[in-house]
Amino acid sequence: MNPILKAIDVRKSYGSFEALKGIDLEINRGEVLCLIGPSGSGKSTFLRCINQLEIINGGALWINGELVGYRRVGQKLYELSEREIARQRLATGMVFQRFNLFPHKTALQNVIEGPAQVLKVERRQAEAAGRELLDRVGLAQKCDAYPIELSGGQQQRVAIARALAMKPALMLFDEPTSALDPELVGEVLAVMRDLARSGMTMVVVTHELGFAREVANRVLFMDHGLVVESGPPEQILGSPTHARTREFISAVLS
Amino acid sequence: MLLEVGEQLVKADQRGHADDLSQFEHVRRKHIGRYFAAAVVLVMALWIIRAFAHGQIEWSVSWQYLTARTVLFGLGNTVLLAVLAMLLGIVLGVIVAIMRFSASPIINWAALAYVWLFRGVPSLLQLLLWFNLALVFPTIGIPGLFEWRTVDLMTPFFAALLGLGINQGAYTSEVVRAGLLSVEDGQYEAASAIGMHRLQALRRIILPQAMRVILPPIGNEFIGMVKWTSLASVIQFSEVMYASESIYYVNNRVIELLFVAAFWYLIVVTVLSFLQGRLERYFARGAGRASQSR
Ligand SMILES: Nc1ncnc2c1ncn2[C@@H]1O[C@H](COP(=O)(O)OP(=O)(O)O)[C@@H](O)[C@H]1O
Ligand SMILES: [Mg+2]
Repeated sequence: MNPILKAIDVRKSYGSFEALKGIDLEINRGEVLCLIGPSGSGKSTFLRCINQLEIINGGALWINGELVGYRRVGQKLYELSEREIARQRLATGMVFQRFNLFPHKTALQNVIEGPAQVLKVERRQAEAAGRELLDRVGLAQKCDAYPIELSGGQQQRVAIARALAMKPALMLFDEPTSALDPELVGEVLAVMRDLARSGMTMVVVTHELGFAREVANRVLFMDHGLVVESGPPEQILGSPTHARTREFISAVLS
Repeated sequence: MLLEVGEQLVKADQRGHADDLSQFEHVRRKHIGRYFAAAVVLVMALWIIRAFAHGQIEWSVSWQYLTARTVLFGLGNTVLLAVLAMLLGIVLGVIVAIMRFSASPIINWAALAYVWLFRGVPSLLQLLLWFNLALVFPTIGIPGLFEWRTVDLMTPFFAALLGLGINQGAYTSEVVRAGLLSVEDGQYEAASAIGMHRLQALRRIILPQAMRVILPPIGNEFIGMVKWTSLASVIQFSEVMYASESIYYVNNRVIELLFVAAFWYLIVVTVLSFLQGRLERYFARGAGRASQSR
C-alpha cells in the first residue's frame, strides 16, 4: 500500500537559518504519529511544509503519491498554480495551536464554510453534515455560538470539526492543547483519541506524552531541524537511546 | 466621601445595624461646575438663535425654496454623485489596497504611484482637469474600431464622478489597507488550510473582518464626499449648491438660499450617519462585547 505521506530529505531555510535540515518520513494509512521535541526544533515548520503554508527549499514531499507543490514533466518541475495548491491542500486538514476560528462566523458557519465555498456542497446538505460533526465533537448545543462565546477547549473542538468537514486523508495537529487552560486539555484530547480510533491518519505535534504513549503508533523526536530518533512510543518515551531525547522527556515530565 | 461612608458604616455597626447601604438616606453629590457650564451653553445657544431670528434673513424665502423643483433636482444630483463617486472610490480603494500586498514590485509600485498622485493634487484641480480632458485627448477609444469625441463624453457629471471617485480611491485604499493589516495572519492560514484560494479568503474571511476597522473612517469619508460634491458646481454640474447659486443669482437672496443648501446637506449627512451605525453593528458580529453593546 502506498504511504499517505512520504518525505525525502525535506529542507526549509529562513534566510541563512536552516529550520529543517533534511527530514525523511513515511506515514501509512491509519497511522498516528506524534512529533515531540523542544521549542524551535522545527515541528511546526514541518507541518506547515506538508500543507504548503511554507514552501520547501530542498527534498520532496508526496501526499497520496502526488508530488506536493510541483508537477513533474520529464526532467522539469513546474510550480503549481495557486488554485492547484489550494486543491492539494484539501488532502490535509490542519488544527492550529491558536484555533484560528473565523470570529465573524458561528460554530456551524465555521464548519460549513469549506464544504459550501470550496467543495460547493449544497447548503442544506453541508449544514446537516456540519451539525453531525459538531455533535461528534460534543458541541451539538453550540452550533449558533460565535467563537468568542466558547471556551478555548470548545473552540478547538470546533476547529477540529472544521478541518474534518473537508474529509481530509491526513489530519495535522500543531500543539492543539498548548493554548488551553489545564482543565480543558482533556476534552480536546478525548476528541482526538476518538478520531484516532476511527482510523484517521494523524500527525500530532504535542507535549502531552501521556496522549502520545496511549494513542500514537510511532513517536518522532526532533531537535534542531532533524529527526533524532523515532519508534514505538514505549521505546522512545520509555527507553530513549539518545541523551537529548532523555533530557527532553524528563524536562517535559518534571 | 468614601471615608464618610466608611465612618457611617462603622457607626452603624456600633449601633448594631447590619452593614447595608440601603438603610441610609443617600445625599447626591452637587455638581456646581456642571450647572454653571450648562447655563453658559444655554445662554450662548439662545443668543445665536436670536441673532439668526432677528438678522436680515427672510426665513419665509428659505422655506419657500426648500422644496423648489430646482433645489430638489439638485439634491437628487448631489446624492447620486456622492453615492456613485464613493462607490468608485471604494472599488478603486479595495483594488489598490490589495495591489499593495502583491509580491510583484511593479504592481506594488503602480499602487503607490496612484496614491501619491491623486492624494497629492487638490480635488478641485482634478475635477477641472477631467472636465478639460479633451485638450489632451481629443478622442477616446480604439482608433478605427470605435471612437468618441472626448467633449461629448466628459459631461459635467462624468467629469465630477471621475474627479471625486478617483481622488477618493487614493484615500480609501489606505483605509482598506489598514483594515486588512488588522486581521491576523492565522485567519489567512486557516482559510488556506480549508482549501480557499487567495481571492476566496479575502472575500469570505479577511475583508468581512477588516470591515470593522474600515467602516468608521469610510463613513467619515462618505460624509466628506457629500460635501465635496459641491465642487462640481464649478464645472456647472447642477447639484444642490449649484441650484442654490443659480437661484440667488436671480433673486439675490444669498443667505436664504445658502441655508436651504445647508439644510439639505445636513439631512443627507444625518441619514448617512444612521446607516453607518446600522452597518457597523452588522459587521461587529462575533467581535466581542465592546463592539456589540452599542
Ligand atoms: N517565518 C519565520 N522566519 C524566520 N524564522 C522562522 C520562521 N518560522 C520559524 N522560524 C524558525 O524556525 C525554527 C523552527 O521553528 P518552529 O518550526 O516553529 O519550531 P517548533 O514548532 O518546533 O517550536 C525556529 O528557530 C524559528 O525561530
Ligand atoms: Mg511550534
